[in-house]
Amino acid sequence: MIQAHEGFVRGICTRFCGTSFFTVGDDKTVKQWKMDGPSFGEEEEPLHTILGKTVYTGIDHHWKEAVFATCGQQVDIWDEQRSSPICSMTWGFDSISSVKFNPVETFLLGSCASDRNIVLYDMRQATPLKKVILDMRTNTICWNPMEAFIFTAANEDYNLYTFDMRALDTPVMVHMDHVSAVLDVDYSPTGKDFVSASFDKSIRIFPVDKSRSREVYHTKRMQHVICVKWTSDSKYIMCGSDEMNIRLWKANASEKLGVLTSREKAATDYNQRLKEKFQHHPHIKRISRHRHLPKSIYSQIQEQRVMKEARRRKELNRIKHSKPGSVQRVSEKKKRVVAVVK
Amino acid sequence: MSSSRAAESSLLALNQQEELEDLPREYPLSTSEDEGDSDGERKHQKLLEAISSLDGKNRRKLAERSEASLKVSEFNASSEGSGEKLVLSDLLEPVKTSSSLAAVKKQLNRVKSKKTVELPLHREEIERIHREVAFNKTSQVLSKWDPVVQKNRQAEQLVFPLSKQQSVFAPIEHVVSGWKARTPLEQEIFNLLHKNKQPVTDPLLTPMEKASLKAMSLEEVKMRRAELQRARALQSYYAARARREKKIKSKKYHKLLKKGKAKQALKEFEKLRKVNPAAALEELEKLEKARMMERMSLKHQNSGKWAKSKAIMAKYDLEARQAMQEQLARNKELMQKIQVASESAEEEGVAEEEGEPFVPDMVNEVQVKASGPNPWMFRNHSSDTKEAEVQGDPEELAEPAAQEAPESEEEGPVVAEEILLKEFEERRSLRQKSGLKQITKPVGSQETKDPSSQGVLSELRALSQKLNRENHQSRKQELSSTRTVLAVQREEPAGEEEEPLLLQRPERARTLDELEELGKEGCFQNKELPRAAVEGQQWERNPSNHLSVPKEKKRKEQMIDLQNLLTTKSPSMKSLAVPTTEELEDEEERDQRQMIKEAFAGDDVIRDFLKEKREAVEASKPKDVDLTLPGWGEWGGVGLKPSAKKRHRFLIKAPEGPPRKDGNLPNVILSEKRNIRAAAHQVRMLPYPFTHHQQFERTIQTPIGSTWNTQRAFQKLTMPKVVTKPGHIIKPIKAEDVGYRSSSRSDLSVVQRNPKRLSIRHKKQLKKNSVD
Repeated sequence: MIQAHEGFVRGICTRFCGTSFFTVGDDKTVKQWKMDGPSFGEEEEPLHTILGKTVYTGIDHHWKEAVFATCGQQVDIWDEQRSSPICSMTWGFDSISSVKFNPVETFLLGSCASDRNIVLYDMRQATPLKKVILDMRTNTICWNPMEAFIFTAANEDYNLYTFDMRALDTPVMVHMDHVSAVLDVDYSPTGKDFVSASFDKSIRIFPVDKSRSREVYHTKRMQHVICVKWTSDSKYIMCGSDEMNIRLWKANASEKLGVLTSREKAATDYNQRLKEKFQHHPHIKRISRHRHLPKSIYSQIQEQRVMKEARRRKELNRIKHSKPGSVQRVSEKKKRVVAVVK
Repeated sequence: MSSSRAAESSLLALNQQEELEDLPREYPLSTSEDEGDSDGERKHQKLLEAISSLDGKNRRKLAERSEASLKVSEFNASSEGSGEKLVLSDLLEPVKTSSSLAAVKKQLNRVKSKKTVELPLHREEIERIHREVAFNKTSQVLSKWDPVVQKNRQAEQLVFPLSKQQSVFAPIEHVVSGWKARTPLEQEIFNLLHKNKQPVTDPLLTPMEKASLKAMSLEEVKMRRAELQRARALQSYYAARARREKKIKSKKYHKLLKKGKAKQALKEFEKLRKVNPAAALEELEKLEKARMMERMSLKHQNSGKWAKSKAIMAKYDLEARQAMQEQLARNKELMQKIQVASESAEEEGVAEEEGEPFVPDMVNEVQVKASGPNPWMFRNHSSDTKEAEVQGDPEELAEPAAQEAPESEEEGPVVAEEILLKEFEERRSLRQKSGLKQITKPVGSQETKDPSSQGVLSELRALSQKLNRENHQSRKQELSSTRTVLAVQREEPAGEEEEPLLLQRPERARTLDELEELGKEGCFQNKELPRAAVEGQQWERNPSNHLSVPKEKKRKEQMIDLQNLLTTKSPSMKSLAVPTTEELEDEEERDQRQMIKEAFAGDDVIRDFLKEKREAVEASKPKDVDLTLPGWGEWGGVGLKPSAKKRHRFLIKAPEGPPRKDGNLPNVILSEKRNIRAAAHQVRMLPYPFTHHQQFERTIQTPIGSTWNTQRAFQKLTMPKVVTKPGHIIKPIKAEDVGYRSSSRSDLSVVQRNPKRLSIRHKKQLKKNSVD
């Protein structure tokens, strides 16, 4: 164990080549470390240390070049070879909690700040692009690695919002199933699913185009899940939680690992297709959706269902008992977006 | 729009200003203008000086300071260095209108003509515009991904990683080129190779060889090419023709084609026999081989699926019967042994000649009987005999063994018979048409191992003996007529087979007469055998062709055991009579019906069903609603009914419901009530991507399993949507992967190329930060 920073380590990210990684901490420093451990008798020391002026709360590395971005009071773009940022962008004054590079159009960045907004930046033009303010604070965002303009935001209001960055006023999809704040989100490298980690001690896997999760993972000992990552062969999921454990999950729980014979493969494919074909039949649907949940989550789901139903009823009643047209129904998607700032 | 444009222009102006302030050198245009002006002035000044120096009085020397003056006064300007005092008059001299001012004026005018620059926008506003412009630009860049994203979303299958690494095939030369000869031996070998110009890397041809290959003459090449072309064209023609002919569905056409081919073959064979006997022999051998194959394969036996089905149909269908017969005939034709007229055979023939002459025709007749009138019945017959055997005739168990022995004995004579027959034919010019096959055909029949046919055969022989004895004298009279009949038979065996019954009738008519004669003799042991009688008659005609009676006796002796066997009444004979079997079946059916009737005597199911259906229909009909109130507007009470008029008035007729689905189905009741138990398993709402319930139903109805689909279709239907390989890193999609050109400049270089604005911005921010 080594003392990398004084105080909290706020962020960590690897270089795209996987040979080194960067950390930021409360001691206003950015440090670059070798991926390999030190040889015998050698002391573990950072390759570079950059002393900054402000506290950095997050870091992310560019997907192709020797550039990384930190966030704190402003978003700074750093060249690995220099000790000062080559560009720094700001829009208003607030602490930015995380910043993420777009993996496809690599000059794009997204950040989320504690004043409930998500800000997009263009590194080449060195300017912020647009800002969307949601109902509650967004903890982190993740870009879709196969669709350049799609990103998903993990929000404090238990939901995840998938946005098309060209049309921020309405999210493409609202993903709801968590019963507590969503703390982290990561896309599968195939771009078809993403995994979210939540304060409700569970992680969930959502298809990008579905508003309900297809899978929920939890164990008795897993506490609030803080971070989650999808492996780059899209077979596993890793999560880190409050009780200081990292867990490795299968991305597709029922998939058989190892070598499959062709007959086995054909059989699993066929079964999968059958499930898909009859997914709308009530009993099939019930079976495929059935998951065991911890009591706390289960009861909270019930509670929230009641609350939601009550809200819906109230809204309907309000519409019913007021002058026609005076009260408009707002769709669930639009309800959460407070404003889009140009 | 206009406002934003104005804002942009103002922004531009502002930018210029800023830059003027900060970095005057960046814009050399304005500075150079100033310099030009000052230059002109200086020149002008010099000129003036030169002019003034021309007159001595007003000479004015401009001071050039070469050293620091010692006296520095604060009241008057120092004139040190020039040696002259500054005079007041110099200062008072009126300002001349110098031409240098014209330039200034011009500049002023120019400035006046320009409009005043608008007030620069507020910083936040500017930033907003910046952002908007940048956002539009970025959106445009991103929209190039739209088709790719759409395609990937709708793709039937996505296989990751998307970019496939193409395996590179390195030619052997490249691999070898890295290798060098090191040892002296290797070097020596290489030297040798180089001397002989042997190819080192491409080890196929030396340059000499290549040259020689190239040296093929032009004409030769042309000829060869033409040849090839012709061959190809011909091949294509033939292929087209064959395809066309293959497409013809007409059975008749194919039948004719086959026949034509057979005839052609026969003709050729005849020719060949005359011209080249050796080749003919070879042909014969070929035929023999075909026969052997046929015997092995049993292709034309009655064992095939088609033959079985035909055998069932044949009872009722004339055509089927004919087809069966044809097939059998074909079988025999193929199975019959083709005799190569060898000397040894002839010798054999000579040895046994005396005994055999009439046998072949008898055999002939048997064949005609077997294949002619009703061969398909034969099988039944045989099976019947088998049944009889099973039923238990212990004596008959020995039968097949007993039969086989005489058969083997028979074969010898048969050969001789054939030769005899040939001679016979040659003698008779009338019968020359009948070919080799037809002559040999009957021989095959003798090889049939049907015990039944053997039985018939033996019986026939017994008959023939008696007949011969009786009809010795009448034979000669009948000779001519039978001959013609035989000729007809031989010439058209196929025709006979096609219409056996038609031909049979006249024969039968004739036989009746003879039967009477036979009856006198009392030779019939079994009167249930009209068929046998027919054959007997036919046979009776045949022996007239031949003479030798004593030999016949020999045959008889051979066959004696068979005769004995046949004296026992064989059940097979019964089955030969078609009508009896049919009657039997009818009876069976009647019995069946009777049994069913008896079993369900108590309940009339059909009527019950009809009643039930009527009730169901009634129940499902919408009911009329009667709203009549008794006693309203008229007297009411016990025994009083509302008037018909009133009832009519307040009766609401129910609209007729939709037509019942089982209206036209008399044996079915279709209930259209909703079944709650079934509903629990049914889809209640139309699922999302479908727009009509029929679409959904169709997808559900289509099976995807391998039981209902071909393997390929099954694979296609069960294809997983996303395929990933464990351990293979899937990288984010790249522009190159989908055929776009990725930007050549890296993000970093772009950022570093315009550091000016960034640096300004950065400076400002830094300033702000420090202030904060």
